Amino acid sequence: MADPLLSFTDRGIYCARGDFYIDPWRPVDRALITHGHADHSRPGMGRYLATDAAAPVMRHRLGDIAIDTVRYGETRDVGGVEVSFHPAGHVPGSAQIRVAHRGEVWVVSGDYKVSPDGLSEPFEPVACHAFITECTFGLPVFKWAPEADVRADLNAWWRKNAADGKTSIIGAYALGKAQRLLTSVDPDIGPILTHGAVENTNAVMRAQGISLPDTIRVTPDTDLKSIKGALVVATPSALGTPWARRFGRSSTAFASGWMALRGVRRRRAADRGFVISDHADWDGLNTAIRETGAERIFVTHGYTSIFRRWLEDQGYDAAIVETEYEGESLDRDEPEDAA
Amino acid sequence: MKRFAALFTALDQTTKTTLKVDALASYFAEAPEHDKLWTIALLSGRRPKRTVIATRLREWAADRAGLPLWLFEECYPIVGDLAETIALILPDAARDTDQTLTHWIDEIRALAGLEDDEKRARILDIWDQLPKTERFVFNKLITGGFRMGVSQKLMTRALSRATGIDEPDLAHRLMGDWHPDTTSFESLILTHDPEADLSKPYPFYLAYQLDGGPETLETPPADWAAERKWDGIRGQLILRGANHYLWSRGEELMTDRFPELARLIDHVPPGTVIDGEVLAWRDERPLPFNALQKRIGRKTVPKKLLTEAPVILYAYDLLEWQGTDIRARPFAERRDLLEQIAKSVPDAMPMRVSPLVRFDDWEQLAEARDASRDHASEGIMLKRRDSPYRDGRKKGDWWKWKVDPLTIDAVMIYAQQGHGRRANLFTDFTFAVWDGDALVPFTKAYSGLTDAEFRKITAWVRKNTLERYGPVRQVRPEHVFEIAFEGIQESPRHKSGVALRFPRMSRWRQDKPLSEANTLADLKDMLAAYG
Repeated sequence: MADPLLSFTDRGIYCARGDFYIDPWRPVDRALITHGHADHSRPGMGRYLATDAAAPVMRHRLGDIAIDTVRYGETRDVGGVEVSFHPAGHVPGSAQIRVAHRGEVWVVSGDYKVSPDGLSEPFEPVACHAFITECTFGLPVFKWAPEADVRADLNAWWRKNAADGKTSIIGAYALGKAQRLLTSVDPDIGPILTHGAVENTNAVMRAQGISLPDTIRVTPDTDLKSIKGALVVATPSALGTPWARRFGRSSTAFASGWMALRGVRRRRAADRGFVISDHADWDGLNTAIRETGAERIFVTHGYTSIFRRWLEDQGYDAAIVETEYEGESLDRDEPEDAA
Repeated sequence: MKRFAALFTALDQTTKTTLKVDALASYFAEAPEHDKLWTIALLSGRRPKRTVIATRLREWAADRAGLPLWLFEECYPIVGDLAETIALILPDAARDTDQTLTHWIDEIRALAGLEDDEKRARILDIWDQLPKTERFVFNKLITGGFRMGVSQKLMTRALSRATGIDEPDLAHRLMGDWHPDTTSFESLILTHDPEADLSKPYPFYLAYQLDGGPETLETPPADWAAERKWDGIRGQLILRGANHYLWSRGEELMTDRFPELARLIDHVPPGTVIDGEVLAWRDERPLPFNALQKRIGRKTVPKKLLTEAPVILYAYDLLEWQGTDIRARPFAERRDLLEQIAKSVPDAMPMRVSPLVRFDDWEQLAEARDASRDHASEGIMLKRRDSPYRDGRKKGDWWKWKVDPLTIDAVMIYAQQGHGRRANLFTDFTFAVWDGDALVPFTKAYSGLTDAEFRKITAWVRKNTLERYGPVRQVRPEHVFEIAFEGIQESPRHKSGVALRFPRMSRWRQDKPLSEANTLADLKDMLAAYG
């Protein structure tokens, strides 16, 4: 049997035939990047290839990099191997990467979410023989409520706090989650303030034509007294710090898939936990895998051993690969979240 | 149950005690009478009898969700709560029925005696008519593990606000052996006369930890009495009428577990209530805690155990004397009366008075504390001589000044993810000491690190896993932790030959290289010295 089209090395997912890596975690010459989150898009690569929608954030975060971009669905030849990028529905610009050679097709999904969030390019299933998938929320206890319900809860929380004279502070990743919240809330309820790290990413996205509601960047000079009933979109690490205490009487919340678990909600000690994730839930993972038509499934990060066993029960040829991807971590910050 | 579920959500969503009390007080002002009573019962640890075993519930829930049982079993430890796991995996309810809390509790109790098939049909039907939070609450009721993050103290405060009755008075009314079936909100709370119930205990007074040493106390040594702190089971012995009752701090009636104390009836007059420590005791000394451990959880005691681990009541306070509540009198006076009573109790009887530790200044007391382990004690208790016997944990009059824990530096070798609150962190670790070139595991520890440290070690574990054994990961031996513990005992069940009491991580020794962790020989020396 010939060598597999993609293999798993200590630098990342590798295509020997085309001599390139996908989302590598150590410096390599040629890197295809699924999306801009820090565990997938790392500094130090010789050349980068990503979607045109993902590139601005990557440049913003990684500085002066040699990056080439593609449109979704556009086919490229990389070292004699056909590659193309397809929407992953995770954050704006995020992609699954399809790799094809002599009729053999592999898809690296990166991080993905199946249900549309109104902001990211909606996920598109891609037929393949082998599918490399995350399973951050690969347990049947994780089932996301319909987007409309989540939005209603979020707006009700903000509205009530505003009526009680409290500021609403919500913690969310600067890239993706924060902008998704911005497009989910009803801006008529009150002013929206943002943490600097969130606002920096907003600026990058606005510049690439993504429409976001008006926001006010919080600076040391911001006159908070004159702003009533605001929603503050902050990074997770800013919650509970002196920065967050500036807003006086407030209600705090986290937005994360982990908020589905009461124990985690309680550990974070926020007033509210909104179950909002950029990752697929149990049904989403199963649907995505089924729709690829793939027989071989590789699970990278999340509840890998349990999810692999489930897939085997369902008749798939499933294996675990060790990677350095972190999925949706409540306890990790994106590089600029602390800024 | 929507009102109760809303209360549950309100309590769950905040860590602020004022908001919790507000939510409870408004519930007590609005809810139906019998729901109030059940709520008080649940919040004070009284719950409906279990009518369905947990295994069946797991099977039915997995089946209803169309999942294999093994997958359910994998989810459960990660969620950390059976009721929640079931609520999460079930498909959405088709209907939405609003009934009182009492109604659902009655439904649960009506399951008793039914065949499994019938129970299954009823429960599936109930699951199908309850939305998420109510379904979770219902599962909590049926699995019997109800905790709502509200102490009895907070509940009493809220009830006091809703009824206008004083907190200490309410606390006393809520003690003892009552059940929603045999009383009403009216007779328990509003018109209750505690004296009518002979078995009713007083609320226990609990000491605060004295962190800064006695020099930080505001009054001089002469104002304080000291005793040794004993590692037993706190108990309140009640002698009223012709009967005796022994209550635990958790308000559990333990009378039958410690039958030897019945002999005291002949020597202590009725109308007496004594606070003290139940200790396994031989040759005028406490036995190690694991001797007592064998007696805990046994409802009836075999003869052999009665001779192996006989208990006494080590008395240290008197709450009722000649049928009168004397809690308001000063400690010194109560203590004198206790000693008087003890004089007429012969030495052969299972009762002693915990002696006072004499001291003139704090330095002397510190020396006495340093000798705690020689007395099989955990440290020193300080009680203000003129203080009343208060209820609950109140700062100021009683302090526990525990001896510093024993410590050993050990190497982390296995890690496992936590569950519940700590589901996505590695928090459960196994530690080893050197035996020549080999690392011998000797204890597990789960607590003691800050959240930030747990996050850091979690990231490290992910990148330094050598091998996986199911949920357990063998990690690269690299990190040294100081393990603190309260006691050490010989244990043939452990590879290392020792078992620790209350082990926890007291420090992450990032300054220590692997080679400087302690050895099995060090551990054996500690066993010889303190075991």
